[in-house]
Amino acid sequence: MSLYQHTAKELHEKLLKKECSAKEIAESVFARIDACEERVGAYVTLEREGAMAAAQAVDQKIAAGESIGPLAGIPVAVKDNICTKGVLTTCASRMLYNFRPPYDATVVEKLRGADYVMTGKANMDEFAMGSSCETSYFKKTANPHDLARVPGGSSGGSAAAVAAGEAVLALGSDTGGSIRQPASLCGVIGLKPTYGSVSRYGLVAFASSLDQIGPFGRCVEDVAALYGAICGRDKMDATTARRDYPDFSAFNGDVRGLRIGIPKEYFGPGVDPEVKELVHAALRELESAGAVLKELSLPGTDYALSAYYIISSAEASSNLARFDGVKYGYRAEEYDGLLDMYEKTRSQGFGDEVKRRIMLGTFVLSSGYYDAYYNKAKLFQKALRAEFVAAFEDCDLIATPTSPTVAFRLEENVDDPLKMYAADVCTIAVNIAGLPGLSVPCGVSEGLPVGMQLIGPRFSEQRLFDTAYAFQQLRGGSLCPMPELA
Amino acid sequence: MRMKYITVIGLEVHAELSTKTKIYCSCKNSFGSEVNSNCCPNCTGMPGSLPTLNEKVVEYAIRMGYATNCTINPVCKADRKNYFYPDLPKAYQISQFDIPLCEHGYIDAVVDEEGNTKRVGITRIHIEEDAGKLIHSESFSGSLVDLNRCGVPLIEIVSEPDLRSAHEAKAYLDSIRAILQYLDISDCKMQEGSIRCDVNVSVMPEGATEFGTRCEMKNVNGFSAVERAIEYEARRQIEVLEAGGTISQETRRWDDLAGKNYLLRSKEDAQDYRYFPEPDLGAIVVPEELLEELRATIPELPGHKLLRYMKETGLPFFDANLLCENPDKADYFERCLALGRCQPKAVSNWLLGDVSRILNEKNKTLADTKLTPEKLCDMIALIEKKTISNTAGKTVLEEIIWSDKTPDDVVKEKGLAQISDTGALEAVVRSVIDANEKVVNDYRGGKTNALGFLVGQCMRQSKGQGNPAVIRELLEKALG
Repeated sequence: MSLYQHTAKELHEKLLKKECSAKEIAESVFARIDACEERVGAYVTLEREGAMAAAQAVDQKIAAGESIGPLAGIPVAVKDNICTKGVLTTCASRMLYNFRPPYDATVVEKLRGADYVMTGKANMDEFAMGSSCETSYFKKTANPHDLARVPGGSSGGSAAAVAAGEAVLALGSDTGGSIRQPASLCGVIGLKPTYGSVSRYGLVAFASSLDQIGPFGRCVEDVAALYGAICGRDKMDATTARRDYPDFSAFNGDVRGLRIGIPKEYFGPGVDPEVKELVHAALRELESAGAVLKELSLPGTDYALSAYYIISSAEASSNLARFDGVKYGYRAEEYDGLLDMYEKTRSQGFGDEVKRRIMLGTFVLSSGYYDAYYNKAKLFQKALRAEFVAAFEDCDLIATPTSPTVAFRLEENVDDPLKMYAADVCTIAVNIAGLPGLSVPCGVSEGLPVGMQLIGPRFSEQRLFDTAYAFQQLRGGSLCPMPELA
Repeated sequence: MRMKYITVIGLEVHAELSTKTKIYCSCKNSFGSEVNSNCCPNCTGMPGSLPTLNEKVVEYAIRMGYATNCTINPVCKADRKNYFYPDLPKAYQISQFDIPLCEHGYIDAVVDEEGNTKRVGITRIHIEEDAGKLIHSESFSGSLVDLNRCGVPLIEIVSEPDLRSAHEAKAYLDSIRAILQYLDISDCKMQEGSIRCDVNVSVMPEGATEFGTRCEMKNVNGFSAVERAIEYEARRQIEVLEAGGTISQETRRWDDLAGKNYLLRSKEDAQDYRYFPEPDLGAIVVPEELLEELRATIPELPGHKLLRYMKETGLPFFDANLLCENPDKADYFERCLALGRCQPKAVSNWLLGDVSRILNEKNKTLADTKLTPEKLCDMIALIEKKTISNTAGKTVLEEIIWSDKTPDDVVKEKGLAQISDTGALEAVVRSVIDANEKVVNDYRGGKTNALGFLVGQCMRQSKGQGNPAVIRELLEKALG
């Protein structure tokens, strides 16, 4: 077994026992990248030199007898919408094709402090708008389990890198399912944390009230460790909660008495029967281990998709207005005056999907339409939150499919935005309600991974990890087999 | 017959607050720094940057709210105002839309020298961030952007359309500025643009019950420019109406040099700012205790003080107004009065006269001097007791203002005590008469004002110590 195939937990033990060096780990991961990146296309930018230097610094620490943390020397891919000082941060957009931020995102600063090794910047849908990674200006990313299929999105590069062994861990961001859906399609574990638990400072904003950075990994312990390293109050982000967090290194695998709610709206006709069956089978396993399954109803779910596209597009139209060619990034080469510069820059710099959302968002905020759309969506948001709070009185967590289908074929949905939007139907309500959602692989349908989503009350990440850990134990300690890609 | 018109004016005043740091980041809030030096990722609108609220800004604004009799909304929020302009790097301004921090207030502006006041409603006061500045240079064909001013905290003070003349508008603005200074929350430096004004003007025939259609003039710089802009705009609207036309709602730009305004955009072209709640900031919640604490910091305000001085000390409007202009000066004046050693008018004369002159010459403030109220009053008392002459008083002031010396020290040191002894002064008078034969003849020939010259000569010869009244008496006797 090569080093790149190990989990962070295993690699940490190897480093402690001096069975390998951080440099060897980095070399192994980059050898894997060399072997399959051409086919997978997980990265926009590779940071080979920086990674090697960071790995060597870890080795020096170890040699000097200093103690190292669980992420020291662990190769991590960072989604390309998270600012990395001096390293290209493009959001997979022509608009930022040349943008090197003068500062690090808070999560990057934290991981640097934890001695991580950044492998590179992961591909994504342009400005995180998409569910297939196909709206990237630079490249398409393939699903490591079937190279003709999408990895999901928008954090498709992050998910594919972890699934293929091109990184041990990855950071993504999730606004409507952008971590969980690609985790599901690529057969890895991904967490969308509680809104306000991870700093957004340095995350290029898509929809500020919904965005959240979160971890990918190939075992529950790894995802928990990465989450533990990035969560916490940040004075640079006023929306982070003032509270203390455990270190997420201990897991209670006992699910006896755990009440798992199964909302019928998430198992409707839009969901592939085999996906439904695999999720049900996983839940039956948890039941046989002592969990209590409870049918319930979340009727607000039906409106979540509409509300999501109103709120997220409204915020995006404002957040993306700063890309005007004046200060950084792309500027049209020829223009006649200020207005023309704005128009040409934005027409040429943004792709179709981004433009679609900006127009939608501009419309719903327009005078005369605000109350009918934006205001109504915000009212719905309140109602949906209340609906979840009420549901959690009867259960400890909720389980649903993560994605209604397995990975679809590249190009299959690109010309049908509504069909593409439906890929997020199971994940969106979680963002609107600000809840944590964890996607864990629960089986394979026709060779493609299927994910189960566990949803908990706000700040119940530990409970989600405990339950996923129990499930991982039930499945023999591993949920994420790595594809050969030979 | 020509109809008479009433001018209706409402003002939106933008005042920069003098907090140490900016409103949404920890960059320094200072004027005149090197271009683009007081900037962080927030100020420059870097992708991924986020605002965090400087709570001092909220406190400053609430104090202004209390000083203008507003209701404070203890729970409010920030909103985004979206528009494209190169000096606005995020392409939205973080402002407040439907729930301002303060609303429903008023001030009583003193409008004339009799101390009459006009009550002007304050619709709202909200907090927002300033934008950067565009720089146009002949050495460069495009425009340059300086983002230092981005994120400088502003309050926007919106008045009700209660003002009826340019003069009232000026009085209102003077009151607002004085309050800002008393609260010490704004530098109020017009030349640095720390107060800017949008002016709304409409006219209606006398006796009408409904206001006319208003026009807005943006960014009128300077209070006297506001007066000129209002007068011009009211005249323009009346001329349009008199010619049978109608006023359409529009935004116009005031060109103070040309003394004219120009159409900027009509109502149809009005921008849709697509306001919505700022998702990067939580609700602004001000605890009850803090509100009480802030309310307790409001000092006696200048308008009230002005009227009190006029009433209690009998000072004319001119003196009282100048004394109240600046809270430090007013405070100094009151400390002098509290000593009870000299007349209020004498204190006022010295403070507004020679003391101000010396401070202006040296570009200093009272706080920079060693002139305690005790020393100033002792000096004035020496004059009132005729121990020294007024002229000698000026010499004493020049000394005691920068040193630890008392007025008595200076009088002794320089031998400035006034001589009223006729015996000593007679010799001086004699020698001046002898030395100025021509002037003496003029006086005797009926040129009575020649006496003043002779008094002056005697004062000079007595090194300023002679009592001028005694000298005058002696001269008149000798020449009579």
